[in-house]
Amino acid sequence: MSRAGVARGGGFFLLLLALPFFGLAHWVVNLLVFVLMFAIMASAWNLVGGFAGYPSLGHAAFFGIGAYSMALMFHGAALSSGYEPFVALPLIGLVGAVIGWPIAIISMRTRADVFAIVTITFLFMIQTLAFNVRSLTGGSQGLSLPVAPFPAASYERPFYLVLVAMLAVAMLLTFGAMRSKIGLSLVAVRADEDKARGIGVRVSGVKVLAFSVSVGLTAMVGGVWAYYETFIYPQFAVDPLITIAVVLMTFLGGRATLWGPVLGAVILEAGQQTLAYRLGGSQFYLIAYALVFLVIMLLLPRGILPTLEERIRLRRRARVANAPDTPGAARTADAGRVALAPGGRS
Amino acid sequence: MHALVQGVILGVLTGGVYALMASGQTLIFGIMKVVNLAQGAMVIMGAYLAYQLFVSFGLDPFLAIPITTVVMFGLGVAVQLLFLRPLRRDDKSELSLLVTFAVALLLEGIMSVTWSTTYRSINTSYANSSWTVLGYQITAVRVWAFALSLLALGLLFLLLNRTRFGRAVRATVQNPESARLLGIESDRVAALGFGLGAATAAAAGSVYGLLYPFYSGSHYDLISRLLSIVVLGGLGSVGGAVVAGVIVATSSAVVAATVSPAWSEMTFFAVLILVLLVRPQGLFGTVGRGAI
Amino acid sequence: MSALLGVDAVTKVFGGVRAVDGCSLEVAEGSVTALVGPNGSGKTTLFNIITGYLGADGGRVTFAGRDVTGRDPGRLYRDGLSRTFQQARVFPQLSVLENLVVAAGYGWTRLFTPRVGRADRERADELLDEFRLAPVADLLAAELSYGQRKLLEFAAVLMSSPRLVLLDEPTAGVNPVMIETMERHIRSRNAAGITFLIVEHDMTFVMRLCDPVIVLDAGRQIFSGRPDEVQNNPLVLDAYLGG
Repeated sequence: MSRAGVARGGGFFLLLLALPFFGLAHWVVNLLVFVLMFAIMASAWNLVGGFAGYPSLGHAAFFGIGAYSMALMFHGAALSSGYEPFVALPLIGLVGAVIGWPIAIISMRTRADVFAIVTITFLFMIQTLAFNVRSLTGGSQGLSLPVAPFPAASYERPFYLVLVAMLAVAMLLTFGAMRSKIGLSLVAVRADEDKARGIGVRVSGVKVLAFSVSVGLTAMVGGVWAYYETFIYPQFAVDPLITIAVVLMTFLGGRATLWGPVLGAVILEAGQQTLAYRLGGSQFYLIAYALVFLVIMLLLPRGILPTLEERIRLRRRARVANAPDTPGAARTADAGRVALAPGGRS
Repeated sequence: MHALVQGVILGVLTGGVYALMASGQTLIFGIMKVVNLAQGAMVIMGAYLAYQLFVSFGLDPFLAIPITTVVMFGLGVAVQLLFLRPLRRDDKSELSLLVTFAVALLLEGIMSVTWSTTYRSINTSYANSSWTVLGYQITAVRVWAFALSLLALGLLFLLLNRTRFGRAVRATVQNPESARLLGIESDRVAALGFGLGAATAAAAGSVYGLLYPFYSGSHYDLISRLLSIVVLGGLGSVGGAVVAGVIVATSSAVVAATVSPAWSEMTFFAVLILVLLVRPQGLFGTVGRGAI
Repeated sequence: MSALLGVDAVTKVFGGVRAVDGCSLEVAEGSVTALVGPNGSGKTTLFNIITGYLGADGGRVTFAGRDVTGRDPGRLYRDGLSRTFQQARVFPQLSVLENLVVAAGYGWTRLFTPRVGRADRERADELLDEFRLAPVADLLAAELSYGQRKLLEFAAVLMSSPRLVLLDEPTAGVNPVMIETMERHIRSRNAAGITFLIVEHDMTFVMRLCDPVIVLDAGRQIFSGRPDEVQNNPLVLDAYLGG
């Protein structure tokens, strides 16, 4: 990572860590908690939907699995410090990953179309189960969790800090993937999977790995959400809108980039809260969301960051080409390379 | 045993309707290689249109079909022209999935705003009449629904096999490249094909509305069923979708009758997983080990 | 010389058409064997079967003395059987250097090592120099000319130190200078011990470079022999001139 990259990452996380100590209003911290949840989930989705090019439509199911795992673990339990549920998060991530493993193996054997079909069907199946297996989930009555014994003045703070840590993990994993042969393999899979398989790339391995890590992280976010809400209902815990939001954020910011999903989450979650506030709980909200989605897909299919990088690259190219003594192809190439590398060597 | 046979009867009759819904979806995939996640929402839209015509004008849902299919055909063409055609070629299949998902949500939102989110059902005079044959109960409306689905599928079959448009569609399904070389305007076929898929959804919607109570969110249920059916039948194979529709609906009805209705939902997912394990290309599909 | 690759009575049927019809042939270790034949004679299908991209409906493929019929293409590649594609399939979003590294056939454990490590760089540098791709090493493959992409694909499959390389029309759509370059690389690599099986339509290229020449027609071998014998063989003339 370049010095600028370290500075950018370090600065971002320092700012995040400092924010709750500025005495922000509860609603602001609450908003930030949700922005963080979506930033983590979008980063997670990006691993499989962005890098590998397998658009999962079922991530909301894993969010729900995480939420219900947390609820079942602590339903009716008494908390002393209030940090016990956070300690259980790695376990919940593991549960998500273990459930995701066979699904990835079966559904990623064929094509992206079939993968999308399996994941969305899985989502609806989990949704049905959440409603119908009442002995476990309480059906539409929902499940309650103990309320965290945190002081009211800074109630959100522990949740917030845990989520910041999880975002750091998600981004480090993404960064690690990009800088290792995992990322290299994933790009190859996305570009031409048959060719990649034919040159000995561990195609199935990296796909399944990416999917498992991705859904594991998503399940962990579901766990934090359940604890934060203290009461979960199937229609919110397993909500197709979560999938669509996460996908949309990744697309808006830029697929297969480190910062794209985070940027998308910041823009859209803030926008979403405003929309929800303006339009109330009414169904106009759904229409607005779908329209925003469609407009982004049509006008900015590559996302903000890749589009900007392309602009910068072209401008640099033009400058190099216009310079009196052109220093040759190598330098032009470098400029292009740096701009286009998905965080690779810049 | 009685429950089992009753389940089979119910399943076969319902299967006809599913076959109709799925045929539209698989047709769209065949022509454009787009998995239309809005197919379920289009069916529910068709059901609402039939409901509205029934409530406002007392028009029988069966008789409403000529009107709703035309309206939905227009909607389908519009969706294709507005949202699918502009997508860039290189990541079309990925983006089109997401776009049709968004269209599904858009339709859901529109339906929720127009008809609110309470369950509706179309209560015709014959809604509750039934016959008893050899001790098995057969509701009249299911028989009519089955017959109508067969009729609609028959019309679809004739359209695909006896018309110029049908020939163009089949050529495009088999080989888009050579179809283009033969002077078939693939863009036009795609738009009309999407319209046709939406029209079958409308016809199926009328029938669905007669059989089940529905609300704007019902499409989630439907789409997961339709997807397992088209995968089982082989993506792009209309005949496969018909056979798979009957198989899946029957096994689900049998599970519902013998185990519990809650688990019948699982049947769809189980069928899907089983197909992918045993025969990923589906019953009638021809997708080999990756395109080379 | 012993046979490095053996194809024994391999058959492949596509919807009633026998694309490969009981085809048998051998490729001797150390040779540059050409596989020619009219369009639709089953050359590419046979390539796909040998390299594991397609399953055969009958028959056997042996490589280095072992039965490899229906083996996964990735495993075959790591075992020393490489191929290129007619349309020069490289990864456009990866740099030229990365295109080489990704083709090194690394195992599970190396997935967790740097994207382009020092050892990768050294290994790739040799090939970049040999193929004169060093000046464009950091360009994206998308930015290369078609001919350069063909060279890159060829160079990349050498990363795994293969014993046998299958080239599918290495000169198609490439300018004459590039054809010569390609020929030079094949010769020098062959001298270094790599066996080649080449599908090619450019007969002068085949005549200069290949020995033996195998002729395929209607999915089976109709001739195998020295290049100068091919031109006078009545069966071959029949096949090409519409028998």
